[in-house]
Amino acid sequence: MIELIAEIWQTARRNKLRTSLTGFAVAWGIFMLIVLLGAGNGLINAQQENNDRYVDNSMMVFGGMTSKAYGGLQEGRDIQLDNNDLAITQTRFSQNVDKAGAILYASGVTISVGENYVSSSLRGVYPMDQEINKKEIVAGRFINDIDIRDQRKVLIIPENQARELVPHNPRSLNGKTVKVGDLAFTVIGIEKEDKSRMSTEVTVPFTTLQTIYNYGNRVGRINFTFHGLATEQENEAFEKRYRATVNRQHQAAPDDEDAIWIWNRFTQAMQMAKGMNIIRTALWVIGLFTLLSGIVGVSNIMLITVRERTREFGIRKAIGASPMNILRIIIVESIIVTGFFGYIGMLLGFGANLYMDATLGSKPIETGLFTTTVFVNPTVGLGTCLGVTIVLIIAGTIAGLMPALKAARIRPIEALRAE
Amino acid sequence: MIHLHGVHKTYAGAQPLHVLKGIDLDIAEGELVSIMGASGSGKSTLLNILGILDDYDEGEYRLAGTLIKGLSETRAAEYRNRMIGFIFQSFNLIGFKTAVENVELPLFYQGVSRRKRHQMAMEELEKMGLTDWATHYPNEMSGGQRQRVAIARALVTRPQIILADEPTGALDSKTGVDVMELLKRLNREEKITMIIVTHDPNVASQTNRIIRIKDGVIEG
Ligand SMILES: Nc1ncnc2c1ncn2[C@@H]1O[C@H](COP(=O)(O)OP(=O)(O)OP(=O)(O)O)[C@@H](O)[C@H]1O
Ligand SMILES: [Mg+2]
Repeated sequence: MIELIAEIWQTARRNKLRTSLTGFAVAWGIFMLIVLLGAGNGLINAQQENNDRYVDNSMMVFGGMTSKAYGGLQEGRDIQLDNNDLAITQTRFSQNVDKAGAILYASGVTISVGENYVSSSLRGVYPMDQEINKKEIVAGRFINDIDIRDQRKVLIIPENQARELVPHNPRSLNGKTVKVGDLAFTVIGIEKEDKSRMSTEVTVPFTTLQTIYNYGNRVGRINFTFHGLATEQENEAFEKRYRATVNRQHQAAPDDEDAIWIWNRFTQAMQMAKGMNIIRTALWVIGLFTLLSGIVGVSNIMLITVRERTREFGIRKAIGASPMNILRIIIVESIIVTGFFGYIGMLLGFGANLYMDATLGSKPIETGLFTTTVFVNPTVGLGTCLGVTIVLIIAGTIAGLMPALKAARIRPIEALRAE
Repeated sequence: MIHLHGVHKTYAGAQPLHVLKGIDLDIAEGELVSIMGASGSGKSTLLNILGILDDYDEGEYRLAGTLIKGLSETRAAEYRNRMIGFIFQSFNLIGFKTAVENVELPLFYQGVSRRKRHQMAMEELEKMGLTDWATHYPNEMSGGQRQRVAIARALVTRPQIILADEPTGALDSKTGVDVMELLKRLNREEKITMIIVTHDPNVASQTNRIIRIKDGVIEG
C-alpha cells in the first residue's frame, strides 16, 4: 500500500495544476456539505435547547370557544376551565396523568421593598410547575402543598427582579417580606433568571392568586405530566378521550375541537424531531449533489490521465501487471485525490463552522421582549467526519471506476504500438 | 523450449489481414536465434504471440511444455512476468521512474519485498555496468544505456526466454554492436534462450540460427 501511494505521489506531482483544479471541485463540495450540516446542526441545537426547557411528557389545556351547536346551546360559547376540570383530570385520567395543576395570571402588579419597587405580574401555580417548566431555584424553595392548602401569601421572585429591589445582594431578599400592591407577601425563594423569557413573573401559590383576584372556581389553564403514551396514536386517543370528557362538563359536543385547546409537548417534540431529521437529510442531499460535480471532475481528469498513460500501462502489463494491478492504481489514485482535497474542504468547513460559532453561535439576539439564540454550537460531530470519510472513499471509487476499467482493458500490443 | 505448430493469425478489420499462415517452429533451450523478413511480413506479430502479448487463431503454441492458448489476462500477465523478458526497439522504460525503479518493477508484480527487490535490481544493473546510473531517469541516459537498463529489467526475473524486437534498431552501429555482445554473452553464460527480431544482417549473422519469414510462413 505504501508503495502504491509512493507511486501515486510520483504521478500526481507531474500534474500538479490539473490535479489541484479538479481537487478544488471536490474540496468545494465537501466544504459546502460541512458548512450546511454545521448550520443545520446550529439551528437544530438551538431548537433542542429551547425544548429542553420543558419536560417533554406534559400537556397544557386552554379553554376555547365552541364551534358546534350542542344540546340546545349555540355555538360560539366561551369555555372557562374550572376546579372541576382540574379534579377530573387528576381522578378520571389517573391511569396516564401523574400530577395535574393549573395556572392563573394577574398582571400589572407592583412589588415594593421600602423605596424600591418593580412592576411585575403574578403567576399562580401548583408545586408540579417547577418540574414541568424546569424552574431553577437559587435560594429558598418552590411552592409546596401546604402553601396551596393554606393559601399562603408567599412568592418566588426571579433574581433580576430581586436585584431591582435589593441591588447589592438580591439573594438576601429570600425570607423577607415584600409588598405586592397593598398585600404583604413573604419571599420564600429566588428563581434563576431565564434570559430566553421575560423574567418578570413572580410565582405564587395557585390557590392564593385564585382567591385574592376573585377568580372563583376558574383555573385559567390546566397543565399536567403524563406517562404511558408512547406513540402518536396513543397520544391522539388520549387527547380524544380527554377532550370528550371535559367538553361534556361544559355541555359542548364531545368532538368539538375548538371548545378546549390541548397543547401536547410530547407529540410536538416528536414532530419536531421528525422535522429535524428531514432538514438533516435535505442538507446531506444538497451537499452530496454539490459533491457530485467534483466527482465528475475527478473522473474526467482520471480519464485524461489514463489516456496519457496508455503506453505506460502497456509496458506494465507486458512485464507482468495484471488487470487488477492496473485497476487498483487508478482507483487508489482517484480515492487519494478525492480524499486529500475532500479533507482540505472538510478542514476549511470546520474553520467556517468555528467562525460561525464565534460570530452567531450561542450569541443571544435581543427581540426586546426576550432573547433567543438562532445558532447553538453550529458544528459537526465526529460521526459526520466519519460519514464524510466514507462518502469520500465511495466518491473516489465511483470517480475512478470508469477510468480504471478503461486502463485495465488496455492491451499491451496496442499500447506499445502507439508510438 | 518453444514449440509452434500450424499457427495462424488474422487481424480482423474492414479488410481482414491474414498475417501468419501456418507457422511451424521449434526452438531449443539455450538457443540464440534471429528472425528476419521484409517489413510487414509478420515478425512482430509472431514475437507478440511468443510473448503472450497477443492471441493466435489456429494451431498450438507450447512454452516450456505449457500450452499457451486462450489464457485469461491475469494468467497471461503471470506467465509473462515469470517466463518471459522483453526487450523493445524503443526501450519502453517508464519515464518518471529511475533506472533502478524500472528494473524493480517486474519484481514488484511478483510481490518481492522492497529491500530484496532493490538489491536484485542493483545486482542486475551492476552486471550491465550501470551502478552509477541507478538513480538517473531514462531521459538523462544515452540510447545504449537505456537499452541496457531495459535488458536488466528483462533479466531481473530470471526468465526462460528473452524476446527482443529490433533491440539495436534505435542505436548507432557501435552501440548496437555492444548491445549484441552483451546479449550473446548472456546467452552463453546464463544459458538464456533468446529470440531476436532484426533487419540487420550483421546482427543476424551473430546468432546460431536465422529464421526467415515470407508470405506468412517460415522459409527453408
Ligand atoms: N493490430 C493490428 N491490426 C491490424 N493489422 C496489424 C496489426 N498489427 C500489425 N498489423 C499488420 O500486420 C502486418 C504484419 O505486421 P508486423 O508488425 O508483424 O510486421 P513486421 O514484420 O514486424 O514489420 P516491421 O519489420 O516493419 O516491423 C502488417 O501489414 C501490419 O500492418
Ligand atoms: Mg516489427
